[in-house]
Amino acid sequence: MSACRHNFGKASAAALADGESRAILDKAILQIHALRQRSVDAMPDFTDRRARAVAVRQATLDRLPDLLETLEASVTAAGGIVHFAEDASQASRLITDLLTARGVRLAVKSKSMVSEEIGLNEALAAAGIEAVETDLGEYIIQLMGQKPSHILAPALHVSKEQVSALFAEKFGRTSTDIPEMTRIARDSLRAKFLAADAGITGANIVVAETGTVMVLENEGNIRLTGSCPPIHVALMTLEKVVGSLAEAAAVLDILPPSATGQTLPVHLSLFTGARRDGERDGPREMHLVILDNGRSELLADPILRPILKCIRCGACLNVCPVYQSVGGHAYGSVYPGPMGSILSSVLKDAAGDARQPFACTHCGACAEACPAGIDHPVLLQELRRRQAEQGTDTATKSYAALARHPLLFGAAAAWARTVDPRLDRVAAMAPDGPVGKFLRGRKFPGLSKPFSRRFKAMAKRLSRAQAKGGRS
Amino acid sequence: MKAFLFIPCLVEHVLPRVGEATAMVLSRAGVAPELPAGQTCCGQFAYKRGRPDLTRPLARRFVEIFEDAPVIVSPSASCTAMVRKYPTLFEAGDPWRDRAARVAARTFELGEFLVDKLGCPDLGSRYVARATLHASCQTTRALGVGDATEMLLAAVEGLTLLPLAHPERCCGFGGAFSVDYPEVSQAILAKKIDDIIATGAEAVITAEPSCLLNISSALAKRAVPVKALHLAEVLAGGEL
Ligand code: SF4
Repeated sequence: MSACRHNFGKASAAALADGESRAILDKAILQIHALRQRSVDAMPDFTDRRARAVAVRQATLDRLPDLLETLEASVTAAGGIVHFAEDASQASRLITDLLTARGVRLAVKSKSMVSEEIGLNEALAAAGIEAVETDLGEYIIQLMGQKPSHILAPALHVSKEQVSALFAEKFGRTSTDIPEMTRIARDSLRAKFLAADAGITGANIVVAETGTVMVLENEGNIRLTGSCPPIHVALMTLEKVVGSLAEAAAVLDILPPSATGQTLPVHLSLFTGARRDGERDGPREMHLVILDNGRSELLADPILRPILKCIRCGACLNVCPVYQSVGGHAYGSVYPGPMGSILSSVLKDAAGDARQPFACTHCGACAEACPAGIDHPVLLQELRRRQAEQGTDTATKSYAALARHPLLFGAAAAWARTVDPRLDRVAAMAPDGPVGKFLRGRKFPGLSKPFSRRFKAMAKRLSRAQAKGGRS
Repeated sequence: MKAFLFIPCLVEHVLPRVGEATAMVLSRAGVAPELPAGQTCCGQFAYKRGRPDLTRPLARRFVEIFEDAPVIVSPSASCTAMVRKYPTLFEAGDPWRDRAARVAARTFELGEFLVDKLGCPDLGSRYVARATLHASCQTTRALGVGDATEMLLAAVEGLTLLPLAHPERCCGFGGAFSVDYPEVSQAILAKKIDDIIATGAEAVITAEPSCLLNISSALAKRAVPVKALHLAEVLAGGEL
C-alpha cells in the first residue's frame, strides 16, 4: 500500500460538491430502479430463475480449472487461439504485441470493463494504435477523455445536454433527441467499423463446451466489432466461463432483468471461433484472452471466493446508498460500488482506496439486490478484518477495553455527560475536525441520565401496566 | 413470563426513553421485564471495525450475563443481529460457541418478539399522530424481521401512517461510517430527511435506535418540527 493511493473520502467529498453531477446521477438511478423493478415484477418465477443461476455460478467456481481446459480445447477446435494472461500488464502487452505484429493501425472496441482493468486503451495508444470505443456510452466517455462511472452504463453520470454539447464540439452537428444523437454517433462510427483492422470485445458469458463467446448489447455495435474486422480479440476474466449453452441460458435468465430491466437485450451475439473454410464473412483470426489478475487468489480464498459469482449486472451499484450519492469516479478503481469494493482488493493496478471496505453503511441493499446470491456485507466484513489486523485503531481498542468493565464504562459515561454539552463548542472551534464534520448536519441530543438508573423508578408503573395488560 | 432487557449502550446513555418505553410495552404485553446488571456494549462497533478479537471478550460477557434468561428482548435490531453473530466468533468445538448459540437463539428485537413470539398481542396502544415509518435496514435486511414493525403500528389507535418515498433507502448512519465519511453520510441522510418532510407527517417512526438518533439529530439541526419516535414509544402511547 503506497501512501499515494486513492483517497475515497476526499474524492467523495469533492464529488458531492458537484451538484449538477449528483442530480444527473439521481435521475438516472431512479430510472434504472423503475425498469429493473418492472421486469422483475413481470417474472413471477424470478426467484426460481435466480436460484438456478446461482447454482450455475456456484458450479462454475467448483470446477473452474476443468472448465477452462475444456474452453481452450473448444476454442482451438473452432479455429480460435487462446491466450492466458496472469496480470493486467501481461494482458495488455499480449494484445498490443499481437496487433502490432499484424500491422493493425485502427481497432474498434466494444465496451469492456476488463479492457479498462488492464489499461488497454493507454497501451494501444502508446503503441500507435488508434482504439475507438463503439458502445455509445463508452464512446461519449472516450470523447470526453474520462473513465466509465458505472460497470454497465459507463456514461451514467453524463446528461443528455452535456452529450449534446460534446457532439457539437466534436462533430459540428448535434441534437438532444436520443435517436438523432445515436445517428450522429453512428455516422462517425460506421467509417471506423469499415476501416478497422481489428475488433476488440469483452465477453458476458463464455461457453466451455462450444467455445462460444456471448455478448449482450442494445446497439448492435459489438456484433459489428466482432464480425467486421479481419481480427477479433475477445477479452474475458477467467470466472466468466460456464459449462454449456443451457447453463449460459440460466445466467441469461437473470442478467438483463437485473441490469437494464429487459427480458433480453436487443442483441445477443454468439461468437464461435474464426471464419471457417467456405464461409463468406467473420474474422479470419479469433483470439480469446483469458485474464486472471488476482482472481485465482480469490478462487483459493474460502471467504472472498463468492465475489467470483458476480455477473456484472450492476444491480448492487444501483441500490448502494454510497454509490448513489457519490457516483463511480469517487472510487478511483475500475469497479465501483459494493462489488468493486470487494473485487478491487485483489487488483494490482488501479485498486482504489485500500480502506474502501469501510466506506459502507451496512444497509445490506447490495446483497438483497444481487441476482448472483453474493452476500457483500460478509465479504466486506472479512476485508475489514484483514485490514484491521494490521492497524492500530486506538478509539476502537479503548472503547472495547472500557466495555469489558461495567464500572469503568459507567464512569466514562458519567464523565462524558459533563463534557457532552461542550461538543458544540468543539465543533465550533474545529469545524473540520471529526466532531465538527459529524455535527455539520446534525444536532446531537447529548447524553442523558442512564436508563438503568431510571428503570428502578419505573417498577410501580410497570406492574400496573402488567396488571392491565392481562387481556393479551 | 419474564424477559431480560438487553439495553444497547446508545439507549442506556443517549435514548433512555426508548428503554423505558420498551419496558412499558413488554409489561403491557403481560411480560415482566428484568434488567440484569453489568451490561455495557454488545461489541457491534468493534466487530464492524473489523475487530472480532476485541468483540469476543464482550460476547463472553454478554453470554455470562444473559445465560439464565428465559428470553432476551432488545429495542435494537442491529444489536440483536450482533448477538446472533456471536457463535461465529468462536471456533467449532469451543464450548463458548454453543453457549453463545443458545443465548443468540433466545435474543429478539422488540417488534420481532411481539409478533413472532407473542403473536402480535393487542397492546391497546393509542397514539394520535400522522406519522411515517423509516423501516431501518437493520430491522428489515440485517435481521430479517420483515413487516413486524408495520403490523404492530397498524394496530395503534389514532395513528395514520403516511407512505415514505424510497422506504428501502438507508439513512446513512452506519456507525463509524458517519465519522469516517461525514460528507457522504450526511448526503445520504439529507435525502432521507427530504423524503420524511415531503410526507407532511408530524412524526417519523423507526425501530432502530441508531437510525432514530441520526434522523432526529438532522431534524433538530434543520429545526424541522417533526418528532422522531421509536416503535416502542408509539406502542407505549400515552402511558409514559
Ligand atoms: S455483485 Fe451481484 S449485483 Fe453486483 S454486479 Fe455482481 S452480480 Fe450484479
